[in-house]
Amino acid sequence: MNASNVDALYQEIILDHYKHPHGAGLREPFGAEVHHVNPTCGDEITLRVHLEGSRVADVSYDSVGCSISQASASVLNDLVVGKDVDDALTTLNAFQELMQGRGQVEPDEDVLEDGIAFAGVAQFPARVKCALLSWMAWKDAVAQASAKEDS
Amino acid sequence: MTGFDVEAIRKDFPILSRTMAGDRPLVYLDSANTSQKPRQVVEAIERHYLEHNANVARAMHQLGAEASEAFELGRDKVAAFIGAPRREEVVFTKNASEALNLVARVLGDGGRVGAGDEVVVTQMEHHSNLVPWQLLAQRTGADLRWYGVTPEGRLDLDSHTLTERTKVVAVTWVSNMLGTINPVAEIVRRAHEVGALVVIDASQAVPQLPVDVAALGADFVAFTGHKMVGPTGIGVLWGRYDLLAELPPFLGGGEMIETVSMERTTFAAPPHRFEAGTPPIAQSVGLGAAVDYLTDLGMENVAAHEQQITAYALSAMNELPGVTIVGPKEPVDRGGAISFTIDGVHPHDVAQLLDSQGVAVRAGHHCAKPLHQCFGVQSTTRASFYLYTTEAEIDALVAGIRHTQSYFGA
Repeated sequence: MNASNVDALYQEIILDHYKHPHGAGLREPFGAEVHHVNPTCGDEITLRVHLEGSRVADVSYDSVGCSISQASASVLNDLVVGKDVDDALTTLNAFQELMQGRGQVEPDEDVLEDGIAFAGVAQFPARVKCALLSWMAWKDAVAQASAKEDS
Repeated sequence: MTGFDVEAIRKDFPILSRTMAGDRPLVYLDSANTSQKPRQVVEAIERHYLEHNANVARAMHQLGAEASEAFELGRDKVAAFIGAPRREEVVFTKNASEALNLVARVLGDGGRVGAGDEVVVTQMEHHSNLVPWQLLAQRTGADLRWYGVTPEGRLDLDSHTLTERTKVVAVTWVSNMLGTINPVAEIVRRAHEVGALVVIDASQAVPQLPVDVAALGADFVAFTGHKMVGPTGIGVLWGRYDLLAELPPFLGGGEMIETVSMERTTFAAPPHRFEAGTPPIAQSVGLGAAVDYLTDLGMENVAAHEQQITAYALSAMNELPGVTIVGPKEPVDRGGAISFTIDGVHPHDVAQLLDSQGVAVRAGHHCAKPLHQCFGVQSTTRASFYLYTTEAEIDALVAGIRHTQSYFGA
């Protein structure tokens, strides 16, 4: 890793998502709402999931944080909305594997689309938690919303 | 400032000549987080481990005697450095947080704070001088109150009135986020007027300012070794002897006892009453060496350098478009920590970009979330300076900020 090579971290795709986030804002209806924080840096996200049967109908969010965490929430929205919950969870696993792979994991563009831009983040251990904040919030919310659907 | 030669001082800190990724020289502007350590401190610790290592007070052999003497010599040096009337008033802890937790815990256990009493803090506190008092209030039923902060980043002493219900006033001397130096003498005066005890978090003060606890008149003062060119793993609670002698122990274990039976224990006199278990022995040796180092430089000179470098940084940063300093903008009653925001760029991204230039700063809430809320910001970037900081490093910071702005198109 070369910490002076920030261009690997701040891919153009990431900066685009940061400046123009997809699906930002909190919307109704929703089956579950969660609030996650990153206690070390104070980044926060409030995230809502709306399921229609087994389909992720909407993911809406309000977040405060750095470019990586904001762009990640935007990409999350792109990747999971409209998908079946199981498929979306597979995407989550792929993203998590990429993030925790210390730069050794080759991302699959078919699965992760714009998410492959985060491959560089994996080389900056301090920033991995920024990229995962919204995804972990979504995982939590989707579990709660699914439990509600089932009950 | 005769005899204060920053270039000569830097030679004592080998880490400062390191290069970082991309062969960039290290510009270390994170000393409020932890200071770097001079060779003299590291070598004192090394010598202790290699030549004198043993446990203290309980080892009846020659090495044990040497280690005990070395450990207690650290206490003597710290006591002299802060003007403590008695060496027994210096309690070693693992850090400043533990020192503050210790005093908050035993003031409750000792009946000094109870239901209906008031504990007063400020909105400017590091979490380590806020959370222990919240916990004390929860345990005892006392009320937690606080002084607010002015938009300029000064303590607003008119925002709260102390009464005879006030039992403790706990306040930071120098804000780790804003850099503000608080009027602690005036706070001590007001608190003592109503019979309240005063606890000072001096974590950012002892490294930068000449400190005389006797002249200050506070009842407890907490600080940590690692921010004053000493090692990690050792903090200090100074307390007035009569209070320490009155208060019950904090942690139970070895070294803090007088005599123990299966049913009950009587406790050692201060400071050992508050030092359960094997203490930070090598760290005391290292802290002693740190205090020697600072004393040789002269704390008036250290403070003058801090003042001068902070003034230089403030005037450079005040000129930068799109940069907002959060905290006092004038170098008056101000320590060497400058928190700032850059329009359109999140502090983590600022810190990352600066790091790519070799400039090490801190970004986040700096363990002062309520204070960030006061200023309507979620986080800031903080550059902090110390006795080895040069004007060239401030110039590198300013260039790094400009680079960050252009990188993010801000």
